[in-house]
Amino acid sequence: MIIGAPEIGYAITVVALALAVWGAVAAVTGARGGPAALLATAERAAVGVWTLITAAMLVLIHAFLTFDFSIRYVASNTNRGTPFYYRITALWGALEGSIILWAWMLGLYALIVVLRYRRRQPDFYPWVLAVMLAILAFFLLVMTVPAPPFERLSPVPPDGRGLNPLLEDSGMITHPVALYLGFTGFTVPFAFAVAALALGRAGDEWITITRRWTIIAWYFLSLGLLIGGWWSYHVLGWGGYWAWDPVENAAFMPWLTGTAFLHSVMIQERRRMLKLWNLTLIILTFGLTLFGTFLTRSGIIGSVHAFTQGSIGVFFLSFLAVVLLGSFSLLAWRVERLKGQGELDSIVSRESVFLLNNVFLVAASFTVFFGTIFPLLTEAARGTKVSVGAPFFNLVNIPLFLSLLFLMGVGPLIAWRRASLESLKRNFLKPVVAGLVAAAVLYAAGIANVLVLTCMALVVFVTGTMVLDFWRAVRARRRTGDGWMAATGGLLLRQNRRYGGFVVHLGILVVALGVAGSQAWSHQTEATLAKGESVELAGYRVRFDGLAASEESNHFKVTGTFSVAHGARPVDVLQPAKKFYPQEQSPIAYVDYRLGFIEDVYLVLGDFARDGSQATVKVQVNRMVSWLWLGGLVLTLGAVLAVLPDRRRPA
Amino acid sequence: MKRRAKFVAGGGLILAVLGYLVYAGVSQSVVYFVTPAELLAAPAPGKTYRLGGMVQPGSVTWEPKTLDLRFTLSDGKASVPVRHKGTPPDLFGESRGAVVEGAWSGEGYFKASTILAKHSEEYKAPHDPDQAGYKELMKTLRGESPSR
Repeated sequence: MIIGAPEIGYAITVVALALAVWGAVAAVTGARGGPAALLATAERAAVGVWTLITAAMLVLIHAFLTFDFSIRYVASNTNRGTPFYYRITALWGALEGSIILWAWMLGLYALIVVLRYRRRQPDFYPWVLAVMLAILAFFLLVMTVPAPPFERLSPVPPDGRGLNPLLEDSGMITHPVALYLGFTGFTVPFAFAVAALALGRAGDEWITITRRWTIIAWYFLSLGLLIGGWWSYHVLGWGGYWAWDPVENAAFMPWLTGTAFLHSVMIQERRRMLKLWNLTLIILTFGLTLFGTFLTRSGIIGSVHAFTQGSIGVFFLSFLAVVLLGSFSLLAWRVERLKGQGELDSIVSRESVFLLNNVFLVAASFTVFFGTIFPLLTEAARGTKVSVGAPFFNLVNIPLFLSLLFLMGVGPLIAWRRASLESLKRNFLKPVVAGLVAAAVLYAAGIANVLVLTCMALVVFVTGTMVLDFWRAVRARRRTGDGWMAATGGLLLRQNRRYGGFVVHLGILVVALGVAGSQAWSHQTEATLAKGESVELAGYRVRFDGLAASEESNHFKVTGTFSVAHGARPVDVLQPAKKFYPQEQSPIAYVDYRLGFIEDVYLVLGDFARDGSQATVKVQVNRMVSWLWLGGLVLTLGAVLAVLPDRRRPA
Repeated sequence: MKRRAKFVAGGGLILAVLGYLVYAGVSQSVVYFVTPAELLAAPAPGKTYRLGGMVQPGSVTWEPKTLDLRFTLSDGKASVPVRHKGTPPDLFGESRGAVVEGAWSGEGYFKASTILAKHSEEYKAPHDPDQAGYKELMKTLRGESPSR
């Protein structure tokens, strides 16, 4: 028997799996009053599991860097021409490797939990550790049975197939990392929720402990979604960033329920309400992260029949069933202790606005779920294949999202319990007027699309409420003698939770403007140009200057050169290309575009004459797409502010 | 109790609106997948379909100047002429599977607004139509996602 990298990697995986199972069992026994030494064993097991997964990852990275094609995964995802950094990120270029990345991050979170809560939360901690190790064990099981990354390939081929060319992009380096940090991050609040149920301390402690964890997970998931959109925009060459594709929906569903959870925990913290609901939400969110992986990795989206071909779908679906049944049984067992102490006093109150926010978010998640699996249901039930696609998702979700924007303006300012007419007037009269004026001005400027108009007016309204609130707070601090800078800075840092939330909201508003603007005002055309000919679109003139061919490290490239002018002023030279990879049957379009604050000029090279005399080009002027990426930056600032340690120490 | 009734009524109203939205959304935007034989059995002009089949060898004509693309899709039993305005996508080619979205023109051809093609993360062996047969081809086609 040969002992090489595949065997070493596989052995590490198996040992890690055994250790994770042992650790989980030890932690549960320790938690139920077993000997304290068991708990210490479980801790060491957690550290060991993470170390082993790290080692497995290093073995795989080493194999990628040294072109060790005796590992099937390496041979399928790289070849001798693959550039250095893509050989490292090829690690998560396909299913098997992304499971390792997932397990590694989960292990990392488990490690941080050990370090942070071993002394601080001696009651919760053993259960949390047990849950996290059990989930880790599942992923390690996936790595040993249905999706082994270290499977040996024999005979060893002289060269690999190469990475999917669409993944040779910086977006694919960062997108999976952010997304998986988000997915795995929700494991921490979930584990604390299960611990709370197991302990019978399903009160508010677990919410307080995990508040920042939830923000971190939510932030990374948001970032992952945005980077995914950015990748889609500049790689796939269709000029859009979101297509309601099942793969996108899979990540969007937990984002929606996670956002609902992020808000509803505030009600529980403040009013001791919605205990049962919060537990349900975090279980659902965690379940949806698993469901998303099932959906995208089992092949079921292609066809219900593909599901039976690989065993990975069965693994994920069974684990999902175990997780949901287990969690909801625990919930049912403890339901007596989950009675809320607070009560909803009035419909016009912060509680009910948050409740509505939750209803809309969960409803949106449900409709996305429904639209995604509807084709599968009809195929399974009637044998006919249908699709619902973007029109369905837009029709159902746009009203929900616009309502959510409205609530975003109301929620942070409206009074708890019962808002008086006086306070409503004080907080909302000016912003409402501002929103209406904005709508009128935009309408006069020629924007007739009702949805776009509503969206923009709502953005003005919400911004108005935040500015008004912040302005009042700054003024109040000024009265105590602070300067402008000191007042603003002090407020942001001292009430970082509140204003971090404001900044995150601001980021969402910027994204909303980007979505509305790009949907309403983008233009596109397609033309075949002879050398020297131009095409005009939205004030731009794009001239075809010629074609050039070049040999790159792992592909052959045909580049078109186009000069772009706005009116008489030359703006830029863009070079969209087509890349021909030997391992692919079809060429891959390489988009080139000029990024702008208001509009991007976006070129995709289509067909071309072999002698370079003419080329077909798709020209798009995409308006306000950059605002999505800008919104992501604002979101980042807000999230950082919100997770800073709370400065307001109880006196 | 009265307050509770109010909340129940409010919740019911929200659910009803949502249910209606979903129902309307589905009935307005559902698109059926048909094969050339199925389409020709009952052609309904103007109704949106996804039509899947193999691009017949020798049937493709592409006029770069006018951006007119014409080809024939076949499922082995029947074939449908298709017209489209725009560059053929990268994954499009003769003797390969393709799915187009559009409507029957009523004048003897299918007017395609979009050509959908599969781009999958996993590698698939080149599709040999003679070996794979139409049945196998149709099976893979039904799982197409939009080319982007």
